[in-house]
Amino acid sequence: MDSSIVISGVNKTFPTPHGVVVALQDINLEIRKGEFVCLLGPSGCGKSTLLNAVAGFSLPSQGLIKVNGQAVTQPGPDRGMVFQEYALFPWMTVAQNVGFGLEIKKLPKADIRSRVDALLKLLKLSEFSERFPRDLSGGMRQRVAIARILALDSPILLMDEPFGALDALTRRSLQDELLRIWSELGKTVLFVTHSIEESIFLADRIVVMTYRPGTIKQDIRVTLPRPRDSASPEFNKLKRDLSELVSSEQARHEDAERRALTTD
Amino acid sequence: MTEGSQRFKGVLLILAILGLWETVGLLGWVNAKVLPPPHAVAIKWWEYLAPQQPYDPDSGSRLTWLLSGELIQDAMGSLYRVLAGFIMGTLLALPMGLLMGASRQIHQLCNPLLQILRPIPPIAYIPLSILWFGLGNPPAIFLIAIGAFFPVLMNTIAGVQAVDGIFLRAARNLGASRSTIFLRVILPASTPYILTGMRIGIGTAFIVVIVAEMIAVNNGLGFRILEAREYFWSDKIIAGMLTIGLIGLAIDQAMSLLNNHLLRWHRGLEH
Repeated sequence: MDSSIVISGVNKTFPTPHGVVVALQDINLEIRKGEFVCLLGPSGCGKSTLLNAVAGFSLPSQGLIKVNGQAVTQPGPDRGMVFQEYALFPWMTVAQNVGFGLEIKKLPKADIRSRVDALLKLLKLSEFSERFPRDLSGGMRQRVAIARILALDSPILLMDEPFGALDALTRRSLQDELLRIWSELGKTVLFVTHSIEESIFLADRIVVMTYRPGTIKQDIRVTLPRPRDSASPEFNKLKRDLSELVSSEQARHEDAERRALTTD
Repeated sequence: MTEGSQRFKGVLLILAILGLWETVGLLGWVNAKVLPPPHAVAIKWWEYLAPQQPYDPDSGSRLTWLLSGELIQDAMGSLYRVLAGFIMGTLLALPMGLLMGASRQIHQLCNPLLQILRPIPPIAYIPLSILWFGLGNPPAIFLIAIGAFFPVLMNTIAGVQAVDGIFLRAARNLGASRSTIFLRVILPASTPYILTGMRIGIGTAFIVVIVAEMIAVNNGLGFRILEAREYFWSDKIIAGMLTIGLIGLAIDQAMSLLNNHLLRWHRGLEH
C-alpha cells in the first residue's frame, strides 16, 4: 500500500449563467508516496479544481478521492496547501505564521518555538522571524508559506502555481529549494503549473490536462537525471513534445474565450 | 517646501486670525458682548479652569484641589458620559456586527430592521430617552450609546464581509476549528474596519454628549455653554467651545495612536 493519493472517476461540474461547465471529467490518477507530480495545462483546464478537490475545499460532483486510504471530505493538515497568493496572515509575524498550525494542534509553546526556529533556518528566514509579511518580498513570503506547511509535517504538499507570481530568478531559486526539501523530507508533491519548463525541471511525472472538459490527456514519466539541465537536448526534446500537447489545448481555450465574447 | 515650514505657516495663520479678531475688538467695530476679544476669552478660560476656592489642606489633597475647577469638573463629566455610552454602544455593536457579517441568515434577519432604525439621528431619541430614563446621566448615556452603536455595527459587518476567502481556506487547511477561525482570522482581518467604525463612533458620541447635556443634565461642557448664554457670558461660551474642540482633538489623536499600534501589520497606515 504505497499509494498516497488515489483519484477515481472524479467529475466536477459548475452551474454558470451560460449553462453547466464540466470542469473535470472522469479523472483517474494514482500518485505514489514520495512522488513529485505536476498537473500541466492552460488556464481553465481544471488543474486547480482538481487540486482543490484533493485539498478538500471543493469536493467532486462524482467520484472518490482517497488520501492514505481515507476518503477526502474536508480540508485538513495532512494535505498542506501552498497558494499562489501566499495567503499569509498579515497580522501575524513570520514566526507566528509558521507556528499557527502547531498552535492549532495545541503543542506546548517551547516545542512550537524550537520547531519554528528549525524551519526558519531550513528556509533561510531566521533573521525575519519577527517581521510582518508586508516587509517581505514575494519570494520570501512564499518561503514563509512553505515553512508554515512544513510545520504541519504533512506527508502531502499541494501547490497551486506557487511560484507563478515571482520573477524568473527568484522562481528558479525557490524551485531548487523545493527540490532540496522534497528529497530531504520525502514528501509527496502535487504541483499545479502552466509552465512547461517548470514541470520538466521539477516533476517525476507530468500529467497534461485538456481544456473543458478537463480530462487527463497524457501522463508522462520524466526520467531525466537530477539536477536537470534545461540546456540538455533531452530536456528540450521533452519540452517540444509537451509544447505540442499543451498548445492545442491553449488554442481551444482561446477559441472558447473568443466565442464567449462574441455571443455575449 | 519642508514639513516644518508648512507647520509654521499653519501656526502663523492661527496667530493672524487671533490678531485680526483682537484688532476688531480694540477698534470697537464689534460689541464685546457679542464677540469678546481673544484676551478676554483667555482670561475667562483661566478663571473657568482654576480652582474656585483657595487651597485648604483639611478638605483633601492638592490634586483634588487642582482638579476642582469648574472647567475640569465639566470636562470630566462629559468624558465620563462619552466613554460610558461609547463602551456600551460598542459592546453591543461588536458581537452583533461579527455575527451579522459572518452569517448570511442572521444578516438577512436583522438587516431590514437596522436599515429602518439607522437613519434616525440619535438626537431624535431625546424625547423618548427622557420619558424612559428621566433626567441625569442615564438618558445622556443612552443617547451616546445609540450614536456610537451604528457606526461600529455597520463597519464591523462590512469588515467581516470583506475578509479575503483565501485566509479562511488557509486556516481550514491548517486544521483550524470554526472558533479558532473566528477569533484568530476573521476578527484580526476585520480590525481595520472595526477601528474605523470606532473612530467614527466616538466622534458621534462626542457630538451627542454636547446636545444631551444641553437637555438632560446640569453639568458638563454642553450644559455650561448653554448656561453661559443665559447670562450673556459670550467669553465663557467661546472658552467652552474651544475646550470641546481640544478634547475632541485629543480623543481623535488617542484613537489614531491606538489604530497605528493595533494595525502595525497593515499596509497604508493612517496617521
